[in-house]
Amino acid sequence: MTNSPILAVVDYGSGNLRSVWQAARHAAADTDWQVVLTQDAAVIRSAHRIILPGQGAMADCMRELRESGLLEPVLRAAESKPLFGVCVGMQMLLDHSEEGDTPSLGLIPGRVQRFRLEGRRQPDGSRYKIPQMGWNRVTRPQGRPAHPMWAGIADGSWYYFVHSYYAQLRDDAHCAGQADYGGLFAAAIARDNLFATQFHPEKSADQGIALYRNFLFWQP
Amino acid sequence: MLAKRIIPCLDVTGGRVVKGVNFVALRDAGDPVEIAARYNEQGADELTFLDITATSDGRDLILPIIEAVASQVFIPLTVGGGVRSVADVRRLLNAGADKVSFNSAAIARPDVIDEAAQKYGSQCIVVAIDAKRRSAEAEQQRGPDGQPLGPGWNVYSHGGRRDTGLDALQWAQDMARRGAGELLLTSMDKDGTQSGFDLALTRAVSDAVPIPVIASGGVGTLAHLADGITEGGADAVLAASIFHFGTFTIAQAKAYMAERGIAVRI
Repeated sequence: MTNSPILAVVDYGSGNLRSVWQAARHAAADTDWQVVLTQDAAVIRSAHRIILPGQGAMADCMRELRESGLLEPVLRAAESKPLFGVCVGMQMLLDHSEEGDTPSLGLIPGRVQRFRLEGRRQPDGSRYKIPQMGWNRVTRPQGRPAHPMWAGIADGSWYYFVHSYYAQLRDDAHCAGQADYGGLFAAAIARDNLFATQFHPEKSADQGIALYRNFLFWQP
Repeated sequence: MLAKRIIPCLDVTGGRVVKGVNFVALRDAGDPVEIAARYNEQGADELTFLDITATSDGRDLILPIIEAVASQVFIPLTVGGGVRSVADVRRLLNAGADKVSFNSAAIARPDVIDEAAQKYGSQCIVVAIDAKRRSAEAEQQRGPDGQPLGPGWNVYSHGGRRDTGLDALQWAQDMARRGAGELLLTSMDKDGTQSGFDLALTRAVSDAVPIPVIASGGVGTLAHLADGITEGGADAVLAASIFHFGTFTIAQAKAYMAERGIAVRI
């Protein structure tokens, strides 16, 4: 046994687990962090940092998290440990999702709702498609210091999104990054020891790996 | 705003990437990880792997390729070619694919799209449509409503060998309704000609569906790529030979598109 710190990627059956795990492992390659993919509540309890992935339908993700028995250890971890939510793993941190009228974890005040862009055109004249699928720029909210998770990452960097629903925060102070798709929306959210992104760092090339790497060293 | 995507397509068979790939200084032109890494460095927005293996025996050989690429290259990966079932989707996603592309199997049994989207989410279900402009004769054939089909495009299956008689626009809408998250639209008339996309087809499909459309088939110049976006209304453009043969790099393609005022990730 080594004494290396553990980053646990919560495995409750979500689709993008392996990608998240591999990218986080890549980000931790020259550190002493051990990145584990785990279904074990005890590992989550003893881990130092947590990544909560999520992909697909919100209601399925919530149900699977509950049925896996990992809901309680995740909630406990969210009280004090650095926790990184990805995509639906971000949406679950809010109070409620319009997708399947699903109550969620209530860790950051806000709701998740569907893009309503039908019939609207993008600045270049093409119609808005849903899901938003592809690379979009993430900028930091004006007028306050950037979140420390952005250390070394240029403002306006490109990240990969795939989603039809987005977070509507109740308090703008919880917005850590925004992107524009028919209007600005919260692409990254944060509160205390929680940080989460609507985009997929694990599919966002170097800028995504940089974010996972920053997570290893972030001191909330 | 959302960038328009450039997607190189790699043909895979027998566990190797085939079709001449002409990168300078590659140790092994067929090594999928090296090729994928090179495209990533050039700024490719996604990669599409097309399994051109003819037999189901050889089909699983793509899994280790996807696994190897997914462990090293962190951009979205789509896999198509011979995908038949929800179980195929599961195996490819488990191997590290982000999206899985159906073609003939969706034509044989459209419900497979509903089932796959229900199970894994629309975000990972792509439907590839091979379309060909109808002949004068085919225009006279009667559609489901009893009226002559008129000008338009038919959907082809089995690698473009079989005319299904389906209208491409109606088929695209049906697939979107059933839960496809994206369409990969190839013009059979243009594929391999290097004379540009079928822009009328691309525009018609892109305007007909609420989901993203990837234009494919016919790219020979950088102007063709840009036209697919500006004239065709595509959300992404896919090309094989101009990148494989080293005619242009992805970076050159993006610089050109940016010059034309198209939002690209640089």
